[in-house]
Amino acid sequence: MIDALIVAALLAMMAAIAVAIVRQRNLFGVIVLFGAYSFLMATTLAALDAPDVAMTEAAVGAGISTVLMLGALHLVKTMEAKPVEGAIGPLVVVILVGVLVVYGTLGLPSFSDPQSPIHRHVAPRYLEEGLKETGVPNIVTAVLASYRGYDTLGETTVVFTAGIGVIALLRRRRRQEPER
Amino acid sequence: MNVAGHFAYWGAIFLMMAGLYIVIARNNLVKKLVGLAMFQTSVYILYVAPGKLSGGTSPIIAEGVTVYSNPLPHVLILTAIVVGVATLALGLALVVRIREAYDTIEEDEILQADAEVERKQAE
Amino acid sequence: MNDIVLRVVGKLLIPFAILFALYVQFHGDFGPGGGFQAGVIVAAAVVFYALIYGLPEARRVVPDRVVEAMVALGVLLYAGVGVAGIVLGGNYLDYFVLHANPVEGQHRGIFWVEAGVAITVSGVMLKIFYLFAGRGHDEPRAP
Repeated sequence: MIDALIVAALLAMMAAIAVAIVRQRNLFGVIVLFGAYSFLMATTLAALDAPDVAMTEAAVGAGISTVLMLGALHLVKTMEAKPVEGAIGPLVVVILVGVLVVYGTLGLPSFSDPQSPIHRHVAPRYLEEGLKETGVPNIVTAVLASYRGYDTLGETTVVFTAGIGVIALLRRRRRQEPER
Repeated sequence: MNVAGHFAYWGAIFLMMAGLYIVIARNNLVKKLVGLAMFQTSVYILYVAPGKLSGGTSPIIAEGVTVYSNPLPHVLILTAIVVGVATLALGLALVVRIREAYDTIEEDEILQADAEVERKQAE
Repeated sequence: MNDIVLRVVGKLLIPFAILFALYVQFHGDFGPGGGFQAGVIVAAAVVFYALIYGLPEARRVVPDRVVEAMVALGVLLYAGVGVAGIVLGGNYLDYFVLHANPVEGQHRGIFWVEAGVAITVSGVMLKIFYLFAGRGHDEPRAP
């Protein structure tokens, strides 16, 4: 009960920050608000019993993401977004899509329901056999590195590809060649 | 309409829709990227919330604990977070190059400049 | 930067940050943690150093060549563990063949795999920061 209240309070704070990001025009303010949003997201994930994920979100979202966005903001030398004339079309589309997705989630299991299907098939097996088969008490690490090792190989390759993509986009030649 | 059971999903959907609104309704490219990042991060709650069990604890095997929260969504979301920052970095690199080429990062001005170039080429 | 407070606090905090990153990496088996978190914390520590002492100073401490090598080395290490599985008789990325005792083989496989992930993630985050921070300074084109 108290878990649900904590998560609900954190979600309400994140919703407030989301509305502030939508309305804020100063780009520096937008980035700082996004850093605060990431911290709240990390806290919510910790409240949902996911310390690995919370640590990663705090380090990546509130640390590296904010630094990269501030660096990019310095390079584009723009401080304010232009004011937008209020068009009603996007708002209608977004509300429509939101209603449809909410209708879609009505069939999902309730919060903290032990009978829901995701607790039935593979997860109990990982929780019971994980320590015996891999010798690693942290089941998330065991699943990530051993049971689902291929996925982690793919993810490392995605990070590598992003790295060389940014190198290809932003590398400077040493000579005075004109930039294409 | 089980509010007490579904509030986590609805909160995540509200954040998702806020991010989607920023992406489709705002012209500034950096703000669009922030909206996209908000869209991506809201999905994490949508995935991790069903895995939580009341009275449970994090899925690290320890003495005297009987109920563990589900570890599978955590694995998926760990991958999703890192992939999200990778795409954000690529998007920001593209915005930097666009700024150097067009001298603006507002989408309508960029589209106008492209239309002008096409018109001149058609003549 | 010439601010004395920042320099002293940086000198105190950065070694502990790197130590904590190593702790998170190697104790990822017994507590929350693992390769991704450790890689990002190491990158954040070096970014902190670059923010306080300047980018050329950070480039002197962690050169570009080393960072670019790290980007590729991690993926190579991960794939290499898979190939070692094939060479020792099992399928790709089988850990139980890496040692006579299969559980010990799992330990070894997970150790090297997480090391590869940490190396790549820290290399990529640091390289992207170097590229973003270094682009504003040496501008050869006229606006």
